[in-house]
Parts: sequence; C-alpha cells; structure tokens
Amino acid sequence: MISLKEMAKKEDLFVSGHEMCPGCGIPVILKIVLRTTKCPLVVSNASGCLQSASTNFPATSWKLNWIHTAVENAAGTMSGIQATYSSLKKQGKLPVDKKIKFLVIGGDGATYDSGLRSISGAMERGEDFVYLCYDNQLYACSGGQRSSATPMGAATTTSPSGNVLPGKLQPRKNISNIFAAHEIPYVAQSAPWIWQDLYKKAERAFETTGPAYLNVLNPCPSMWKAPANKSIEITKLAADTCVWPIFEIKDGTKVTVNYKPKKKLPVTLWLESQARFTHLLKVENNWIVKKIQEEVDKDWEFLISSENKNRTN
Amino acid sequence: MSLKNWNELTMGGVNLEPGSSLKNFTASYRSGQKPVFNPDNCINCFFCWVFCPESAIIVDREKITGINYDYCKGCGICENECPVKKNPKPILMVEEIVEL
Repeated sequence: MISLKEMAKKEDLFVSGHEMCPGCGIPVILKIVLRTTKCPLVVSNASGCLQSASTNFPATSWKLNWIHTAVENAAGTMSGIQATYSSLKKQGKLPVDKKIKFLVIGGDGATYDSGLRSISGAMERGEDFVYLCYDNQLYACSGGQRSSATPMGAATTTSPSGNVLPGKLQPRKNISNIFAAHEIPYVAQSAPWIWQDLYKKAERAFETTGPAYLNVLNPCPSMWKAPANKSIEITKLAADTCVWPIFEIKDGTKVTVNYKPKKKLPVTLWLESQARFTHLLKVENNWIVKKIQEEVDKDWEFLISSENKNRTN
Repeated sequence: MSLKNWNELTMGGVNLEPGSSLKNFTASYRSGQKPVFNPDNCINCFFCWVFCPESAIIVDREKITGINYDYCKGCGICENECPVKKNPKPILMVEEIVEL
C-alpha cells in the first residue's frame, strides 16, 4: 500500500488555480485517482462542476489530454476517442504497444440521469475505460436542482421543504447495482475520507480490462449547506451511518464490503450535519426520518447478505 | 489575466498550455480566515496535504513546510483533519485582516 508521502512525490495532473468552491471534494478525489496510473491518461469530462470550474477560459487546470463533452455523452465520446487511438496505432503514428488509459468523469447528473444511456451502451460494448462519478447528490453547477442521486428528504431548489413538501419524497437510485447488473468486471463505491481505499480501487479499476465504474461521494458544502471545513468529516459520517457504504462488486456478483463501522450510528447524525436536512428534525417530519432509517437499514442488510452469500458459494 | 483576441485563438479552441490555471490566483476566495502552519508539533502525517482541495500545502523533502497563500481558499479542512492533539496545533485558522 502506498503512503501519502510517496503519493505526494508523484506529479500533479490537476493543478491549483481552479474555481471550485472552498471545501469542494472533487479536487481531493482527483488528487488521489489521477496518481494511480503511470500510463498516459485521456479524460473525457461531462459538463458539470468539474468541467466548468477547471477550464475557465483561457486557462486549464489539467495537465493531460482532456476533452469537454455534453452532459449526456461523455462515455460515448470516449468510445470515439478509443477508436481514434486504435486507428493512429494502425496507421503507425503511435507505437502499437503503447498503453493509454481512458478515464471518463461525470457528476451525478451526468451519470444517474441524462448520461445513463451512453454509459450503459459503452459498458455493453465492453469498451476499456474507467468511469468516475463524483456524486454530490444534486445538480450543483446549475443551481442545486434535484437529481435521481438526491437522497430522500433533502431540500433542493426543485424539491423545496415547506408546509406542503418535506424535501424530496423518493429515495435515491442505487446506481452501483445498476452498473453491476451490466456484469462489468469492476464496480466500486468509495469516498474521499478513506483515501487508501479510494487509491486501491482506482488502481484496480485502471488495471482491469473492460469497463470499470467508480462511484465516489463528493461533499458539496455550498449546496448541502454544511460548513466547508467539515466536508471530509461528513463523508466519514456517511459511511458510519451506512448512508454511503464502501463496497466493491467484481464481475457483477462478487460483493465485498470494505468498511464496516464498529458501531452503526443512527441516520439522524448524518441529517444533523447538513442544513439541507434541518426541516426533517421537526416533530411533524419524524415519519420521513423513520422511513430514511428503514431504507438505509434495508440497503445495508442487503449488502451484507449478498457479501455472505458469495462467501458461502 | 489578459484575454486573447479572436484571431489569436488556436483552431477549435484547443488549449495548448497544460496547467495554465496556475496563473489564476484564487486567494480572493478566502473570507476572513486563513490557516497558519507551525512546524513544531507537526507529525508529517500528510492528512492536510491529501485533503486540501487547492493543493495549497507545500511539501519539501517528505516534510510539510508551509501553505501557499496564492491558492488557499480558506476552507479550513486542513485544520479540521489535523490529528495532532498537542497544543499548539500545527495548523490553526486565524483571522485574516486585509489592508486595502
């Protein structure tokens, strides 16, 4: 396992000077993920926070081949880029044995909602790429609308909290299981606080031939209305309350849970940490807190049971 | 940063200067608080380095040596994630007074 000191010696491929909000988790995720492979990287970046904040005209924060795509076709563009590189190799313009890694980055809007078709298609074709989703659970770049990654009860600009609605009424989409159902070689869920785990998973994702999917929780202090200095701490709280379990699924079936909290904390602690959930702490909204806890318990039990099932097999 | 004229741009708007955002000093994002580094009690765990979103922690020969105030946005993650319990903490957020 690599130490942080060794990691710091590696070259930064995503440099300072970007315009992300103070306390944003995306640069932390990139700092870890971009250091995991020695091969040259090509990045296809869906529109979103990362794209708009890292390439503010005329500057760019990237030190690698990077292309901006629309929200819904980042993975499709990557298929085209791969075809370009294999053509260049055929034409003799690139050495045939040159290893190039392809990384697609998208936010939760580009992954859960509008980009799902394109990613699903690329995974079905078995393209060799890594998809990294920074999941901040809403459309932060366009002003904080709800997405299908938004958890139940969260107040966003299109699912506000008030006398009529207690925030979003639907639970979030379980995207990792959707991609696992494509039976791709590697699906993993991680968070920036557990950097060793994220590094290991990104390394594994780059090593696998065929599509790999990484779903990383990204703290968003501006839209979650949480203090900027607590953003990494909040992601740990998400793992301790089992709201954001840390696990990996190989070949669509072999589930491994990489982090099990010693003491599973009640979900109210996670809700208290962000002001987007404050309305849930009122007495009249108790029912939705109970529902969230039930939902979280159900998902956690399902995860543990599927891990045990594949152990006994 | 001076902007280019339309006829000075590259074909297709391709940016040929990797990492050019280093010219873009983001220190103006700081709102009243800045971290101050004190090497005395630092255990060089590098937690501040890995969790700093701005890559503003300066590392020299496997040691943390300071903070780059050109890019630091003053979020305070470094102070919050610092595991040292001894006083004074290696990284402390202090009030920043900007003279105009």
